[in-house]
Amino acid sequence: MTALASAKAKTSGTRNRKPTTAGSSRRRSLRKRGLEPWLYLAPAFIVLIALLGYPIFQLINVSLYDYRQAQVSGKAPLQFTGLENYQKLVADPEFWSVLGNTVLFAGACVVLTLLVGTSLAVLATRLRPWVRTALFVVSLGAWATPAVTGSAVWLFLFDPTLGLVNKVLVSVGLTQFNGYSWTYDKWSAFGLVASEVVWCSFPFVLVTVYAGIQAISTEVIEAARLDGASMPRIARSIMLPMLRPIVIVVTIQSIIWNFKIFSQIYIMTNGGGIAGQNLVLNVYGYQQAFAASLYGLGSALGVIMTALLMIITLVYLRILKRTGEAL
Amino acid sequence: MTAVEVSLRKNRPAEAPQKFRNGGRRRWGADAAALAIALLVAFPLFWMVLSALKPKTALDAGDAAPFTMEPSFDSFMRVLSVNNFGRYFLNSVIVAVVVVIISTVLAFLASVALTRYEFKMRTKLLIVVLVSQMVPVEALTIPLFFLLRNAGEAIPLVGLNQLGSLVLVHVGFSIPFAIWMLRGFVAAVPVDLEEAARLDGASGFRFVRSVLFPLVAPGVVACSVFSFISTWNDFLFAKTFIISAQENQTLPMALLTFFKPDQNDWGAIMAGSVIMTIPVLIFFIAVQRKLVSGLAGAVKG
Repeated sequence: MTALASAKAKTSGTRNRKPTTAGSSRRRSLRKRGLEPWLYLAPAFIVLIALLGYPIFQLINVSLYDYRQAQVSGKAPLQFTGLENYQKLVADPEFWSVLGNTVLFAGACVVLTLLVGTSLAVLATRLRPWVRTALFVVSLGAWATPAVTGSAVWLFLFDPTLGLVNKVLVSVGLTQFNGYSWTYDKWSAFGLVASEVVWCSFPFVLVTVYAGIQAISTEVIEAARLDGASMPRIARSIMLPMLRPIVIVVTIQSIIWNFKIFSQIYIMTNGGGIAGQNLVLNVYGYQQAFAASLYGLGSALGVIMTALLMIITLVYLRILKRTGEAL
Repeated sequence: MTAVEVSLRKNRPAEAPQKFRNGGRRRWGADAAALAIALLVAFPLFWMVLSALKPKTALDAGDAAPFTMEPSFDSFMRVLSVNNFGRYFLNSVIVAVVVVIISTVLAFLASVALTRYEFKMRTKLLIVVLVSQMVPVEALTIPLFFLLRNAGEAIPLVGLNQLGSLVLVHVGFSIPFAIWMLRGFVAAVPVDLEEAARLDGASGFRFVRSVLFPLVAPGVVACSVFSFISTWNDFLFAKTFIISAQENQTLPMALLTFFKPDQNDWGAIMAGSVIMTIPVLIFFIAVQRKLVSGLAGAVKG
C-alpha cells in the first residue's frame, strides 16, 4: 500500500516538474518546443472549438432569448429576454418534477450498476476460469448492445400481451399480470428502463473493478494473511482502499452517463411516458425544443444540464488530483 | 449478491493458498451463481436472436417457447426488402467508418503533441480535453441543429438531412475521449526510440508517421472501437438532423419505424436489432483485450 502510494507520488512528481531543472530527464529529451506541437494539435482543436466550444456558447446565447418557431423562420423579431427562460423554469412545477425524476432515476441506475458490477467483479475473482470467461463474454455482449436495440428487446420481453415476462408470471399463477402494462405506471416504467440501463452498463464496472482487483499485488495480500488478517478484514482494510481510485472513477463515469440517458427513456416510454410522467432533463429539453418549438426554453434546460455535469466533472478533477494522477 | 457474501465467508485463509482463485476446494456455489447470472445477462440477446428466427405466425400468437421448430428468415427478408434496411445499414457503416478514420487521425496527432512535446499550455489543454469529454452532447442538439442548418447553406454536404452532418458532429464528440485514451498508448513508447529515430535521420512528422503510428496501432484500434460504437448507436442526432431525407436515415431510426401503435412487428424489430447488434458485437469481441487495457489506461491516466 505505502509502497504503491510512494511510487505513484514519485512518478507524478517527476512528470509534473518543469523540464528546466536538471533532475527531470524525461521531458528534456523530448522534442523541443516550437510550432510542431501546434501543427499536430490544430486539426483536433479546430474541430473541438467548432463543434463543442461554439455550440456551448450558442446554447447559452439562445437560452437568453425568446426563441420560437416564428423567430427561427424570421417572421418575428428576436427578443433578448435575459433570464426569463430560467425564471419560467424555476416557477414551473413540471421542471422540478422532471429534475426530481432525473436525480432519482440516475441515482438508482448508478447505485444498482455499481452494486451489480462490483459484486460480480468480486465474484469473478473466485470463479473457475471457464465460468469467468463465460460471465465476461455475456457481459461484453450486453455492454456492446446498442441502446436502441437493447431497449427494443427489453420492451418486447415486457410487452403487455406478447411479452415473455407476463406470460411466465401468469403461468406461475400471478394472473393479475395478464396484459399488465409495465409502462403505464410511472415507477414501473422507470424500473423497466433502469433494468435495461443496468443490464448494459454494469459490464463496464465489472471489467474495470476486476482489472483493479487483479492489479493488487499478491504479496500484499499474502503478507496480511500471514499477519492473521481474515478475508473480510483484508477486503475492508487492504482491497477497498487500494481500489478506491478506480471505484471513484467508475462512480463518476456512471453518474455522468446515467444523467445523460436519452435513447432508453425516449424509446421505452415513447418519448417520456404517459403525460410526460417519465421525462428526464435531457428528453424534456429535447421535447421543449423540437416538439414544442420552444428553442430558448430547451436551451435553458440544456444549460442547466451542462452546469450540473460540469460541477460533477470539477469534483472528479479534484479527486483525480488528490489521488496523485498526473495529467 | 448473497452468493458473494457466502463465498467470502467461506474463503478462510487456510483454504485459499492462492490470491483469490480457487485453491484445491471447488466452490460450486460461486460457480453456479455466476453461471445463473451469466444466463440471465445473456437472455435478452438470446431472446432477440430467437424471436428474429421465429415465424411471424408464432410471434403474433405469443409463442413463449424458448426454442423454435421452424426457424425462418422471413423477418430478415421483410426487414431487408420491405423497409430498405440494407440502405440504412450502408448509411450507418459509411458514417461510422468515416468518423472512425477522421477522429482517430486527428486524435492521434493531438495526443502526440500532448504527450511527446513540452510546451506551456500542455496541462491546460489536457484539462480542456478532459472537460470536453464530459460535455453532455445531447444538450447541444439545439445549437448544432442551427449550426448545421447554416453550414448546409454554404457546404451542402454537411447540412441537415445529409450523412455529412452526422459525420461532423460525431467526429467532434469522439475526439476528446480518443485523445484521452491514445495519450496513454503514445506516452508508453520509449523516448529512446525517438532519439534513435532522430539519429537515423527520421525526425518530425516522419517519426510520428513511420515509427510512432505503427507502434501505437493497437491502441488506435481500441480507441476506434469507441468512436465506432458511439456513432453506430447514435439515435438522437440521426433523429434530429435527418428530418425529411428518408434515404439518408441510419439504422437506429429505421428500427423505430417498425414500432407502430397497437401492432408492433416484433419479428421485424428483432431481426433489425440482430442486424444492428452484430457488427458491434464482432467489433467488441475482437478488441476485447485491448479495450480492457486501454480503458484501464484511460481510467488511470
